[in-house]
Formats: sequence, C-alpha cells, structure tokens
Amino acid sequence: MSNDQIFTISNLTKYLKRTFDNDETLQNIWIKGEISNFKKHSRGHMYFTIKDDQARIQAVMFAGSNRFLKFIPEDGMNIIVRGYVTVYEATGQYQVYVQEMQPDGVGNLYLAFEQLKQKLQMASYFDDFYKKPLPKFPTEIGVVTSPTGAAVRDIITTLKRRFPIARITLFPVLVQGSEAAYSIAKAIKQANETAGIDVLIVGRGGGSIEELWAFNEEIVAEAIFQSAIPIISAVGHETDTTIADFIADIRAATPTAAAELAVPHWEDLYEKVSQRKLRLQKAIAKQIETERKKLTNLQRAYAFRYPEQLVNQHEQHLDRLIDDLQRSIKQLLERKKTVFLQLEKDLQRNHPNSFLNRSTERLQRSEVLLLQHINTLKKEKEFQFKQLVTKLEALSPLKVMTRGYSLSYKDSGQIVKSISDVEIGDRITIKLKDGSVFCQIENIEESRGVKDE
Amino acid sequence: MSETKELTFEEALESLEAVVEKLEQGDVPLEKAITMFQEGMALSKLCHEKLTAVEKQMDRILNEDGKVELTTFQED
Repeated sequence: MSNDQIFTISNLTKYLKRTFDNDETLQNIWIKGEISNFKKHSRGHMYFTIKDDQARIQAVMFAGSNRFLKFIPEDGMNIIVRGYVTVYEATGQYQVYVQEMQPDGVGNLYLAFEQLKQKLQMASYFDDFYKKPLPKFPTEIGVVTSPTGAAVRDIITTLKRRFPIARITLFPVLVQGSEAAYSIAKAIKQANETAGIDVLIVGRGGGSIEELWAFNEEIVAEAIFQSAIPIISAVGHETDTTIADFIADIRAATPTAAAELAVPHWEDLYEKVSQRKLRLQKAIAKQIETERKKLTNLQRAYAFRYPEQLVNQHEQHLDRLIDDLQRSIKQLLERKKTVFLQLEKDLQRNHPNSFLNRSTERLQRSEVLLLQHINTLKKEKEFQFKQLVTKLEALSPLKVMTRGYSLSYKDSGQIVKSISDVEIGDRITIKLKDGSVFCQIENIEESRGVKDE
Repeated sequence: MSETKELTFEEALESLEAVVEKLEQGDVPLEKAITMFQEGMALSKLCHEKLTAVEKQMDRILNEDGKVELTTFQED
C-alpha cells in the first residue's frame, strides 16, 4: 500500500477490519465498564454500550453467547466482558463482540478462575481420559461437605431414600472462607486413605461466587484430580460452574442430583430383579411349552397315528422282495439247467462206445485163439495117451492070463501069493481070463525047494 | 448354593442377566435350561435378599482430626 493510493470507503473499512482482526490483543480481550443503552432484540441478540468516565464502545452479545448469562444486564451495571473487537463494515464503527459477561466486583475472582481453568486445561486435567467410571452399586458413599446446611441434608436424604443399604461416611468440612479449600482437599485425601469408600460426593449448596470460591482453588482441583475414588461434584446450583466441576469424574447440577448419580434407586433395582425373575420364568415356561408342542407333534405324526399303514407299506415292499427273489432263483435255475444240458451233450459226444466195441472185438479174437490152442493141445495129449495105452496093454497081466495064468484073492481082496497067506477052510476067488471061480481051501501042500518064493 | 453367597449384588445381577438372556434365546437343551432356571431363581432370590438386607450398617462421621463418630443418618 503506497501512500499515494486513494482508498474507497469500502476499501478503507476492509483494511481497518483486517488490521483489527490481525491484532491478537483485540481478538481475545477482557474489558471492564458500565452498561448503557442496553437493548435486547426480539431475536435474542443484545446491543449495548460499554463506557467509563471518558470513553465508550459499542457492544453486541449474540443470543448464542448470552443464553447462559446468570444475570440480566441492565443500564448502569458494572460488568467485565470477554470478547473480540472488530469493525462492523456496514457502519464503519468498531465494536466489541461480547462472548462472556460477568458482573464486576467479582471481576478479579473471575479472572483468577479463567486463568486457573486455562492452566489446568493446558495440563489436560479436564481430559475425558482421566474420568473414572462410577460404581454401579456402591456399598459405601463418602460425602465431603459442610455438616450443616441444606446440601448435606439433601444428599443424605436422597441417598437414604434411593439406596438405604449403602453406608454413608460424612467428611465434615468448611465449604467457605479462607480455610475451606484446605479443609476440602484434606478430606478428599482422607477419604482416599479410608478403606471401602466406593464413590465420593464433594460439594455444597448454592451461593455467590465468593462463597463457592474454595471449589475454584488449585489445591482442591489437585486433590480431586489425584483421587483414586471416583468423585461426583455438586457445587451450588446448575448455573454455577467451578473448577472442581471440570475435574470431577462427573458433575452434578445440585447436591440432590449428586446423590442420585451416586446410587441407583433401590426400587428400580428391586423391580429390575423382579423383571429378570419374571423373564426367567417366562423363558422356561416358553421353552417347556415349545418342547411339549414338539412332543405332541411327534405323537401326532403319521407313523404314530397309522402304524398299520407303515406296516402295510413294508408288507408291500416285502412282497416285492419275495417276487424278486423267486424270479432270481428261477433265472438261476434256468441258467444252471442250460449249463447242465450243454455238459450232458458234451459228455454224450465223448461216450466210450467205440472203445468198448474195439475191446469186445479184441476179446472175441482172443477167445478164438484160446480155443484153437486148447484144441491143439488136447489132440496132442490124446495121441500121447493112446500111445501110452497101447504100451500099457502090451504089459497088462490080463494078456498073461489069456495064456492061462490066474490070480487068487482072499475075501479081503488080498492077493494070495504064498501058502502062508491062507488056511484050510478059507474061501478064495480065482480070477481067470474070462471070469472068476469061487473055491474053498481043502488042503495045503508045500512045494519043496521053493520055500522062498 | 454356597458359591452364590460369595457374590456381590452386581455380580449376582450380572449372572442373573446372563442366565435370562441365554434362556430367552431358547437354544439351551431342556435339562440344562432347567438347571439354569433354578440357578437364575437362586440368583434373583439372592439379589432380592441383598436389596432388602436389614442388617443396617452404621453410618460414620470422619472428622478432620481422624476421629470417627458412628451414627445413623435418617431420611428426612
């Protein structure tokens, strides 16, 4: 941008706006002053002037930012705001866009709050990573609060009403004044050193920012952060937010709400258990019913209702099988018969008749030969015999007898060769050539000289 | 049910829940289902007992100096 350049108003305004927007101080600035000309537009945006003795600045706080204001700004009210300053191009006026507003008077505390908040945020103290889950069914609840006042009464009443079986351990502390922060921090540590505490409620009833201040102290923040026991914060009313609330594992809007977060409702649990019991009974009844239906269906099945049908089917099947069997056997027999006939034919073809015939012929020939041989032999032997007979006839004593010799036999058949063979009176037979004569010995006479004959 | 006695309320409730869900799926064989049902009934009884246990524990006040006061806080 050279000096001899001529700006249009638009260009100048844009240039100014860029200059404002590039200024870090103007982008996040705390401003203190008095409200005047306060006006709330029907759409929710707030327009006003912030002034002091010598100067003033236009201010706008949009509905999105002013929705959570804990007070209604009005003319003459001293305030502290945080926001950014820039140029509204339509009018060429610079103005402050307010993002947070606090009544002044607590201004210093508010700044301290913001500073500690930023510091702890940078140190990740608010990270979800560090948030501990609350026990579902605590048996012992620690309560760090003032022993007097509405808060402790609300907490105890709510705990007793909802979950009477849990034990309450109260850590009485100062909740306001210069000793309060130390007292609260110490009680939180003490609770962590006490065995059996499942969850801790740390809080107090509503009050001004000064009264709640202990819960914005770093020492309390640190104690909450270091606590091994999950902590529910319950400081003031819903609109009061303290550092303790950011660090606590869960923030309750009120002490009563804290007690509600700490424990389940006894009746809900009782109801829950009863419902489970009911579901259990229904489930088993349903299953038994299902199984019973299955059984009934099975019993009603075709096979059970008409068992004879089942048998009939099998009967039919059996008949078919028997038929098949018979047919098979018949076929088998026929096949075997065919084979047999074939074999028989083969056997006949190979009958031993010819062999037999040949053998018979041989036999007959042999018989003829045998007869021939025996006849020849017989003739030979007959011839020999005739010759021998002839020879024998030549030698026969009968021939001698023809010449007059005879033979005498005793009755016993013995030939009489000597007179000593017979005695007088003996009968002898004398064989002659043509017959025999029977004689009786009358006398015996010995020839002389022929004794030894 | 001696083991069941050792359970905390939370464990008993969780076990009960598991049994109920398993049974509601309906794919547990009947005998097993009946056993589970009996177990579930025992668990629900235990839960009810734990919820209605009248053995009141004394509440405590733990003072800053470490002194312990036993008391019974009353519901207003």
